[in-house]
Amino acid sequence: MAKANMNPKRNEMPTQDALVRAHNFDEVALGYTEEQAIDEAMRCLNCKNMPCVDGCPVKIHIPEFISKIKEGDFEGAYQVITKSSSLPAVCGRVCPQETQCESKCVRGIKGESVGIGRLERFVADWHNTFCTEEPTKPVGNGHRVAVVGSGPSGLTCAGDLAKRGYEVTVFEALHTAGGVLVYGIPEFRLPKKIVAKEVDTLKKLGVKIETNVVIGKTLTVDELFKMGFEAVFIGSGAGLPNFMGIPGESLKGVYSANEFLTRSNLMKSYLASPETPIMKGGRVAVVGGGNVAMDAARTALRLGAEKVYIVYRRSMDELPARREEVEHAEEEGIEFRLLCNPTEILGYNNPDDPRDPRNGFVTGMTCVKMELGEPDERGRRRPVVIPGSEFTVEVDTVIMSIGTSPNPLIKSTTEGLEVNRWGGIVVNEDGLTSRDAVYAGGDAVTGAATVISAMGAGKVAAKAIDEALGN
Amino acid sequence: MYRIVDKKVLNPTVIQLWIEAHLVANKAKPGQFIILRVDEEGERIPLTVAGVNKEIGAVKIIFQVVGGTTKKLSYLEAGEYIQDFVGPLGVATHLDGLKKVCIVGGGVGCAIAMPIAEALHAMGAEVTSVIGFRNKDLVILEDEFRACSDVLHLMTDDGSYGEAGNVTAPLKQMLEAGEQFDMIITIGPLIMMKFVVATAKPFGTPVTVSMNPIMIDGTGMCGGCRLSLNVDGKRVTKFACVDGPDFNGYEVDFDEAMSRGRMYADFERHAYEKSCNLFKKEVN
Repeated sequence: MAKANMNPKRNEMPTQDALVRAHNFDEVALGYTEEQAIDEAMRCLNCKNMPCVDGCPVKIHIPEFISKIKEGDFEGAYQVITKSSSLPAVCGRVCPQETQCESKCVRGIKGESVGIGRLERFVADWHNTFCTEEPTKPVGNGHRVAVVGSGPSGLTCAGDLAKRGYEVTVFEALHTAGGVLVYGIPEFRLPKKIVAKEVDTLKKLGVKIETNVVIGKTLTVDELFKMGFEAVFIGSGAGLPNFMGIPGESLKGVYSANEFLTRSNLMKSYLASPETPIMKGGRVAVVGGGNVAMDAARTALRLGAEKVYIVYRRSMDELPARREEVEHAEEEGIEFRLLCNPTEILGYNNPDDPRDPRNGFVTGMTCVKMELGEPDERGRRRPVVIPGSEFTVEVDTVIMSIGTSPNPLIKSTTEGLEVNRWGGIVVNEDGLTSRDAVYAGGDAVTGAATVISAMGAGKVAAKAIDEALGN
Repeated sequence: MYRIVDKKVLNPTVIQLWIEAHLVANKAKPGQFIILRVDEEGERIPLTVAGVNKEIGAVKIIFQVVGGTTKKLSYLEAGEYIQDFVGPLGVATHLDGLKKVCIVGGGVGCAIAMPIAEALHAMGAEVTSVIGFRNKDLVILEDEFRACSDVLHLMTDDGSYGEAGNVTAPLKQMLEAGEQFDMIITIGPLIMMKFVVATAKPFGTPVTVSMNPIMIDGTGMCGGCRLSLNVDGKRVTKFACVDGPDFNGYEVDFDEAMSRGRMYADFERHAYEKSCNLFKKEVN
């Protein structure tokens, strides 16, 4: 084996030029070449105690797959990853590796950690490009499990169970499988054909996907048991978007990030001649500082906005979005208005003509400047309004990206399903709810979180279901 | 894919389809809605369930051709398929305990009011129906309403059929004459529902209105269908897809709902014209 690559810096991943990509929906990051991947893999010291694996919610055998890359055995590397993860091409793109596996990497102490996420992405893409071998359907064990929702937690749970021989049916409310991976995360960060490919792989493992079925409406959880399913996993995702409760939020041109992103991603409003409309162009303010806010801002830019602001009430240090997404957004020209909080959205109103078609459309947003005060109970410094600091920004579109509260449909139709005071489904460490044989995970339990934590929850539940059904 | 079992043109712009969708037919109750997509690139539109046939597992929808999607839907014939059909969504109209009800329907809204009137009639409630249309050519479901109403007022704006005037006229007369309804249930254009509420207000009769705002997912995810209610002097945001579509008429901010309904008016006009042009090309 060649000597480890001791370069303190990791291999940069090629990206589309910022000024070009700001006007298209093609993927921003282009991925490593084989040479770059091997060179980066050589930076891994193959630590015996594998701290990186501890940082991974689905416990991928990271040093093992990186060793395979070092040998040039990319398919072998894929096989290692796929033992733990059902969605490697997705995770390699959207996981916050810098706070998970990479944060534990020994190489990170004196330099940059190994680019584990970039290597995972490389391996998954290599497999998807060059591997023609179809996954084989495991021998069935005769047990049937229903999965509610085809987002990251549901797909992971379904995949893990299918690999163990379960007959799994996934029920999806929308017309396409993938959940937040298709309606939420934009094409330029996660191409939809990659999600479709991962879903396809699950289908080949025998997973059935029933779209257009809303559990809690079309069928209830109790009916699923009557249909012969022995366990149910609820991964129904985040729910209703939050609004600030300030005047003007019902004006035309105010969106929740969920709506804006769903129109663009799922309904393909970004195409030249869409059937689903979206407000394009003009000046756009996105309120919030999470990854969803970054996605909304960068989508607005690509839809032709002349100016896009991120309005966030704390400072850059507290901004919850991934650093890489923030950097990409800044490079593309998105302006961060930090320590700034909206107090009112302003709309056009022609006092002389109530039928003026411009009436009721957004014209601007009044904000106040903030400063950071004492830390709150979670240790984050609380933003405090600076008196007399009011100002107005001229905008045509406002996108509220300040979180969601769990979907009410399932809890309202499932007797005995305990929820907490925020509406999240209560589960134990195995993902088991207060109902027998009903498991849950992902945003439906935790409220808005990451793709990988949802996948982790799906994995835990799959294991528990497998143990409970006696295999 | 979901098969169109039957098609009937009710008037020049209103069409009735029966769509085969067993799971939806098993569950749907009056007041609930479905969301459909005509084809792979289509938008998602909500339509209220106008009836169900559990034996053949079909759901009836009645729609007015107003935009690109409804235009495209109107070209499909029995035996053809639509891409997606999901439901039933929303909360069913609360009918329990109602003994004497006035149903006020306007235009294509009558199609939504119809199954509610039928359900009330089947429950043994006394049903007074006031249905309004612009003119004689646009009248739909007259026989059906007659069959389930104890009293029927059929109104046309221009007096070309039935009584002349809009739906609030007979409603006001009845209320002034001392009629006591447990509930007025009104479904139709926002402006009509707003005036039905205003007409009932002096008499304090409860009014349920059925809201049909712009929606995408219909399952409580996007928030596009939000509307503002004034509840005991407090402004509250509700979502028509999961909290509705029925609301207490006295609480709804109709002006805001009307404004939001016009958000994509320009876009819809263009889409409609494009659909028409597409059709012209196909027949040529």
